[in-house]
Amino acid sequence: MENEFFVDSQYLSKETLAHKHELETNPDSRTNHMEYMEGMEQIESDVCENVMSHMKAFDYSKYTAKDVRAALEHDVCSIEDFKALLSPAAEPFLEEIAQKARLETSKHFGNTVYLFTPLYIANYCENYCVYCGFNCYNHINRMKLSMEQIEHEMQVIAESGMEEILILTGESRAQSDVKYIGEACKLARNYFRLVGIEIYPVNTDEYRYLHECGADYVTVFQETYDTDKYETLHLLGHKRVWPYRFDAQERALRAGMRGVAFSALLGLSDFRKDALATALHVYYLQRKYPHAEMSLSCPRLRPIINNDKINPLDVHEKQLCQIICAYRIFLPYVGITVSSRESARFRDGIVKIAATKVSAGVSTGIGDHEAKYSSNNDNDVAKSNNMNNCDNNNCDNNNGNNTSNNMSNCNNNNGNNNNPISCNTEKGDEQFEIADSRSLDKMYSDITEEGLQPVLNDYIYM
Amino acid sequence: MNNDKLVIGGHEFNSRFILGSGKYSMSLIESAIKDAGAEIITLAVRRANTKEHENILDYIPEGVTLLPNTSGARNAKEAVRIARIARELGCGNFVKIEIMRDTKYLLPDNQETIKATEILANEGFVVMPYMYPDLNTARDLVNAGASAVMPLASPIGSNKGLATKDFIQILIDEIDLPIIVDAGIGRPSQACEAMEMGAAAIMANTALATAGNLPLMASAFKQAIEAGRSAYLAGLGRVLTRGASSSDPLTGFLHD
Repeated sequence: MENEFFVDSQYLSKETLAHKHELETNPDSRTNHMEYMEGMEQIESDVCENVMSHMKAFDYSKYTAKDVRAALEHDVCSIEDFKALLSPAAEPFLEEIAQKARLETSKHFGNTVYLFTPLYIANYCENYCVYCGFNCYNHINRMKLSMEQIEHEMQVIAESGMEEILILTGESRAQSDVKYIGEACKLARNYFRLVGIEIYPVNTDEYRYLHECGADYVTVFQETYDTDKYETLHLLGHKRVWPYRFDAQERALRAGMRGVAFSALLGLSDFRKDALATALHVYYLQRKYPHAEMSLSCPRLRPIINNDKINPLDVHEKQLCQIICAYRIFLPYVGITVSSRESARFRDGIVKIAATKVSAGVSTGIGDHEAKYSSNNDNDVAKSNNMNNCDNNNCDNNNGNNTSNNMSNCNNNNGNNNNPISCNTEKGDEQFEIADSRSLDKMYSDITEEGLQPVLNDYIYM
Repeated sequence: MNNDKLVIGGHEFNSRFILGSGKYSMSLIESAIKDAGAEIITLAVRRANTKEHENILDYIPEGVTLLPNTSGARNAKEAVRIARIARELGCGNFVKIEIMRDTKYLLPDNQETIKATEILANEGFVVMPYMYPDLNTARDLVNAGASAVMPLASPIGSNKGLATKDFIQILIDEIDLPIIVDAGIGRPSQACEAMEMGAAAIMANTALATAGNLPLMASAFKQAIEAGRSAYLAGLGRVLTRGASSSDPLTGFLHD
């Protein structure tokens, strides 16, 4: 079974639709995803080769219960042990694996759980990633916050007590250039102890600039390590270049960032292979940069605006739990983040086993923290009212334009590329649907009630 | 025994159990201190440097000496900066230097630790450096102005006990400062063993944090450390400590 990713908006022009369909149906119309585009820095590194050789040779069907038992008995988890723990043969051992994972977590992290929140400052995007709500062909409300608006959002978030923030943008150098992101980081330093960024991959000198602006953690999701599959999912834009994305964390570390975060988006491809590659990406970079802090995320595919059927396929909660526990046993020293893509029930359970960081007070939209944080529900960040019904009327109404005017605006905004859908509004739409909308206070008290220690800051900017 | 004080930088302590605080709930700190009988508790400056929610400083009873640590520092410069922040936060003059260039094993960087020790000792800090048990480094730390030396028993959080036992023994034998065994002590029996060897004190965190009943484990450590100290002061039978030895002199048959 596969996800149905392709959705045509009625607001696309004939020419744009034709180009979109060509990209979707004719591989020859797409650029070489392994070839660097102009301006992309190429670094010498053996990490990719090490990771990919393991992934390609990984035949998880060959592992048996005996291999899994051996992996559970070993003091130090080897790569072979890790492979066994990821295999289907390990599924009947999930409870034992969780017990071992919990022990490793407590050795390295005690009972602490770190809290953070994401702040999306722009959702313009130049890429066509077929599963993402921000993709350039998806008709959503687009927005880029001004510095005043960013500061206001930060004030609202900081007042909730949050001390760590992750600044995100859609991937558009044209709309959200490095300087814009850098200025946002400088503002964030005034309100938060720790500033991370999750933006399009940039060159080493640009990461160095962002580090000087106050960012100290860089998150880049590789989405899938299966390059052939990647090619079929990222059809247009700079994100199409797989190896430039792969080396992003290494460039960030060379630029002086304290830490980097990794992830595959589970459900896009063979999740066992993607989990193996993600962990090995961490493993080999850690060997090369032993001072760096590393963390892993474990997102699964979620529904997006205009496509509520997208789902994580065969990565059910049990498989997700298995992956997270295997990560913990193989890489006991890394942080593991579980985002609000997962339910409160799952997150409450997994922080007792292996996760060490959760988001709270989450909005994946743009410019809506005040509305959400000031809702009348003290326990939850108010849920967006426009998931699954954020039809084009919202966009029209917000703009006070009719459809044709609206499209005309959008085309102007995007210049001469074939990415025609964006509508300037007072609020930008979400990247994906969240499943756990708990506020910081609610999350804090829930974690405390579980006997765990919430930590808002464990960091000093150097 | 009442006169058996632990002296660090001119400050006297009755307890030889230094408590970590970074891996368990703040609400347990007070009872852990009480049941451990601890007079010194460490805290990570980077975590104490918080704003509105719970601050660990609010949970530490008066009269307990704070030992801020420089965890998160990757070199001497960063450790010095963190120590100064600790002083600004009102944490006093004690500082435990932790400098790690390795996030996997969290092994200390001895060279950078010596540099930071010298700078901070000159600024009037009571410096307690966490280090890999190496005699040359320990001597350099003494010369740099350290008030104690804190060798690791095994990697932090490993609960593996005295993996570096022989090297810690060398430090105990050769260094005139208090040798405080830090990191890797997983059981009260291991703490007791280190004290029998002549360690001046024990520092533990994970062993307590991962225990089923933290206050009870704190109490168990207290008793083990006291027992080990008593055994050291009493002087173990040489058969037990340094190999076989006859109770009658082997050379008793000699005349003049």
